[in-house]
Amino acid sequence: MNINLTLIGQLLSFAVFVWFTMKYVWTPIMGALETRKKEIADGLAAAERGQHEQELAKERAKDVLHEAKAQAAEIVAQAQKRAAEIVDESKGTARTEGERILTAAQAEIEQEANRAREQLREKIGLLAVTGAEKILRKEIGADAHQDIVAALAEEI
Amino acid sequence: MAGDALTSSEYIKHHLTNLTFGQHPDGSWGIAHSASEAKEMGFWAIHLDTMFWSLLLGALFIYFFSKAAKSATQGVPSGLQNFVEWIVEFIDTSVRGSFSSRNALVAPLALTIFVWIFLQNLMDLVPVDVIPLISGMLGIHFMKVVPSTDPNATFGMAIGVFLLVLFYSIKIKGIGGFAGELTLQPFSSKNPIVNLIFIPINFVLEFVSLIAKPISLALRLFGNMYAGEMIFILIAIMYNAGLVLGLFGGVLQLGWAIFHILIITLQAFIFMTLTIVYLDMAHHEH
Repeated sequence: MNINLTLIGQLLSFAVFVWFTMKYVWTPIMGALETRKKEIADGLAAAERGQHEQELAKERAKDVLHEAKAQAAEIVAQAQKRAAEIVDESKGTARTEGERILTAAQAEIEQEANRAREQLREKIGLLAVTGAEKILRKEIGADAHQDIVAALAEEI
Repeated sequence: MAGDALTSSEYIKHHLTNLTFGQHPDGSWGIAHSASEAKEMGFWAIHLDTMFWSLLLGALFIYFFSKAAKSATQGVPSGLQNFVEWIVEFIDTSVRGSFSSRNALVAPLALTIFVWIFLQNLMDLVPVDVIPLISGMLGIHFMKVVPSTDPNATFGMAIGVFLLVLFYSIKIKGIGGFAGELTLQPFSSKNPIVNLIFIPINFVLEFVSLIAKPISLALRLFGNMYAGEMIFILIAIMYNAGLVLGLFGGVLQLGWAIFHILIITLQAFIFMTLTIVYLDMAHHEH
């Protein structure tokens, strides 16, 4: 256990080791650690941001979905209303058309009946005249019924 | 193992002698063949075993750590890099906790101290006879494998730390500030004449506490490791004292080695923490 030159040797090698550690060990490792720390922090921040954005997007999607649903419901309601309207409208049209056709048919029928009646009357008149003519021609001479003819003639 | 020719005291002495290279009293240079011969060489001798093992361990330390540092990426770390980063972060936390100023030197210094001392202490867990036996086969008679049981090694580091403390004290506070710190406290008075009387008293007190820093650093580590190794050597002696005692010694060695794992880590940590604290004190005005 003598104190000797070893002391100086140890002192020098200690200094060299410290210098080497400072230059080639500590600085690069701390640099890497710092960079990694920063990277991890950035990553975490980005993740948080992403999560936030996702939440926002979810919210937005919900809104859009709601809107779309409302719109669809509105469209369906409108369509139903329109359909009902169309049905009503066509019902109305059909009814008036039917009525119109009915009236026209009735009018025609009446006209036709009137005309037939007229014709019938004419024909009956003619027939009666013809019949009367025939009877008159057989039974009555112009002389035998002079008075009637005269009376008729007077009447004319 | 202690040979038959060796008594217990010779065995212990043999284990506590460094492989010393220096100038023999007759003027020739060479390796000392006995403890007394090594003593005669005086200051201009060097402990080859202490130097070799400490340099080897230091080289291992910087090899693995700089390898990890070179391939250090900010991506996912793996294996060696993970381990190195774990230690570096541990040191960094310690330094941040006790060192309040800014100094790029302190953290690498603490890392070097911690790992280097830990590795030196770790050599204590190698059974005391293994490496001396191998070196003995190679013709080297003395081999003390734990550098931190050599006061030269612990004082070398402690003096290095002490020089840094002095350097930063003077750099931060100026020579006047540093001298004032040594002489104007803890006792001071408003009366300048009384103050003048206090100066030598203060100086004695402060100088002792200043000098105590490196000495306590070095001696604490040295004492702990020396005592620990001594116990390993004493346990190893039991192996020669019959089967029962030998088995008992084996159990003891295992127990002591497991306990020693705590001690070697703790001593490295204490040396590092005190270094940080001393340097922190050097950066602060009182």
